[in-house]
Amino acid sequence: MAKKIRQLAIYGKGGIGKSTTTQNTVAGLASLGKKVMIVGCDPKADSTRLMLHAKAQETVMDKVRELGTVEDLELSDVLKEGFGGTKCVESGGPEPGVGCAGRGVITAINFLEEEGAYTEDLDYVFYDVLGDVVCGGFAMPIRENKAQEIYIVVSGEMMAMYAANNICKGIVKYASSGSVRLGGLICNSRNTDKEKELIEALAAKLGTQMIHFVPRDNQVQRAELRRMTVIEYSPEHKQAEEYRELARKIDENKMLVVPTPLTMDELEGLLMEFGIIEEDDESIVGKAENA
Amino acid sequence: MEKQNEAVRPPLAGIEKKTTEELIEETLELYPEKARKKRAPHMAANDPGVEGCAVKSNRKTVPGVMSARGCAYAGAKGVVWGPIRDMVHISHGPVGCGYYSWGTRRNLVEGTMGVDVFSGMQFTSDFQEKDIVYGGDKKLEVICREVRELFPLAKGISVLSECPVGLIGDDINAVAKKSAEELDIPVVPCNCEGFRGVSQSLGHHISNDTIRDYIIGTREFADAPGPYDIALIGDYNIGGDAWASKKILEELGLRVRAIWTGDGQIEHIAATHQVKLNLIHCYRSMNYMCKVMEEKYGIPWMEFNFFGPTKIAASLRAIAARFDEKIQANAEKIIAEYQPRMQRVIDEYRPRLEGKRVLLFVGGLRPRHTIGAYEDLGMEIIAAGYEFAHNDDYERTYEEMAKGTLIFDDASEIELEKWAETFRPDLVASGIKEKYVFQKAGIPFRQMHSWDYSGPYHAYDGFPVFARDIDMAINSPTWSLIKAPF
Repeated sequence: MAKKIRQLAIYGKGGIGKSTTTQNTVAGLASLGKKVMIVGCDPKADSTRLMLHAKAQETVMDKVRELGTVEDLELSDVLKEGFGGTKCVESGGPEPGVGCAGRGVITAINFLEEEGAYTEDLDYVFYDVLGDVVCGGFAMPIRENKAQEIYIVVSGEMMAMYAANNICKGIVKYASSGSVRLGGLICNSRNTDKEKELIEALAAKLGTQMIHFVPRDNQVQRAELRRMTVIEYSPEHKQAEEYRELARKIDENKMLVVPTPLTMDELEGLLMEFGIIEEDDESIVGKAENA
Repeated sequence: MEKQNEAVRPPLAGIEKKTTEELIEETLELYPEKARKKRAPHMAANDPGVEGCAVKSNRKTVPGVMSARGCAYAGAKGVVWGPIRDMVHISHGPVGCGYYSWGTRRNLVEGTMGVDVFSGMQFTSDFQEKDIVYGGDKKLEVICREVRELFPLAKGISVLSECPVGLIGDDINAVAKKSAEELDIPVVPCNCEGFRGVSQSLGHHISNDTIRDYIIGTREFADAPGPYDIALIGDYNIGGDAWASKKILEELGLRVRAIWTGDGQIEHIAATHQVKLNLIHCYRSMNYMCKVMEEKYGIPWMEFNFFGPTKIAASLRAIAARFDEKIQANAEKIIAEYQPRMQRVIDEYRPRLEGKRVLLFVGGLRPRHTIGAYEDLGMEIIAAGYEFAHNDDYERTYEEMAKGTLIFDDASEIELEKWAETFRPDLVASGIKEKYVFQKAGIPFRQMHSWDYSGPYHAYDGFPVFARDIDMAINSPTWSLIKAPF
């Protein structure tokens, strides 16, 4: 009987730190002796640079463009080994404004399946997905037989929480037709007020957990300047321990739920409760300053 | 196979390796440098004695040349899934793909259209703007439900993706799973978007994979399996081909339990894992599933060729050799019985066709498979090529052709015209896209994808029809009655 590979997708608002969090967490899992593959599902192709110490890995779609067809592509052309024996692949795709990035994700994942990239020695596959699920292509990683657990990277900023709630709506759709579940929120701290409590409250309302609160630390940026994860750059640093802790929590996580997304009013109510936004004064809506 | 087939063919008068190689050089001269470099490996002068694959194949068509290839969707709908008679085949996407692939291959079926057979009908989700923007999966679900209500005797549904489905990422697999449970019939999602792969060949492969994943092994035959159970694989019943083939296989004493997929029934296809031997006619489009059934269920498979009495006799003997003496005796009996009839056909047509020269350019099997039938009529194949064949097809072709003849892959219009001009063949046998080019050049032509609205061409029933059609094309008095107006 083949061992079941745990497949995870990381979603979250653009710029929230998905790729950094993913790679540091994967480095944490790797340091726990786990065998992981990262599949970057973002045309920017920055999901593996810290693992490979590279500016940008050559992507599946780059190589397809060069060779003409996906059939001519070899797995070894696009699959590189990084820190801790982690396998790294980037789907790649067009620059903004042209072509179809979603199809790039579909093509890349199909290619990996057909070429046998999902080997039995793997414990984990992580899909690091572009910020917004804008079309069916970016939902590819959470379809049946792919990622079954989703983690949402979030912070105490209003838009990050809006995005997390929207992603939960998408998960509900796919949870009803398949077995994808929400594993929890990862709070990537921005040092906003009462951030931890706020995200814990949001998680409770979504029916999930805040699996870990990752404090803000410039050590992450210092490591990134060398294109490294904190875990590789300074394994003894307290921030490295935070990511190892997150990795352990994910490894042991049993709380997989179908989320209960909030309505707009509920979400705004929560934000008001924590003083992130103030109550609307309907009497001033639409009135110009000097009116 | 008979010794005769393996013997090296005598050289054809005026056809030499050197002159053909010069012709290839001249042909390539017609191209700009980049295209010339790309096209060069796709044509060669045949040399059956030389090891290794001489012609490069299954590569992307060179941009700017007019190629006769289809797409993955065409391979899935037009070849593998479409002929299955008791399923509804939904072309998922805008209306054109389904509409213009409607009925083009003439896969004949038995039954009452719209009641218990559906392969002659056209089902499409007819995408509009809103379906692209909001996704077509909900619409697909509704269509599946409507199919079940309107056609209660439909035994299953195939969902064939057109290009936009792959772009917007409609999850047809999830819809198929849900609908199959709800409607209690197989619903098979086939991700055969046209832009995938270099030709229709990938569509065949993807379709084979879906049969593997959703169909094979899901049913059993109603009556007990027997020692003579076989399946006829890769016969699409074009103009009744499969019926002609089935007839002599049954006369041989074999039980044809399933036909893949001409006049095909999904429940029989699903139970094919119970047969003793798979006989495959179109190797290119269905070798994949033969190999799957061999690996998974231990069912051996063999290729055979029912074009022309020589190949039919050799194939019958080879098939019979897989069974007992009773079947072997039947084979000799059938051959002896039909041979005089075939000889009468040859006696009638051969005097008018002897020495006539043919240029073949068809899909992935027929060029090599039909050679024997032409040769039975005394004809010579001077050039043969495939639209979408792979290396293993070419390896099976070299020995069927005389040394020095031209073998080519995925030819363009300019190449074909050059070769027709040089060889002046008496017949070009190719597809609908080539037909009028050659007829306007005054060269007799047969459309060999759909048998030019004729058929069957397979087996003993097919050969007289084939001989008549070839004679009709070449010796039609029409050609002497028309004069070029310039």
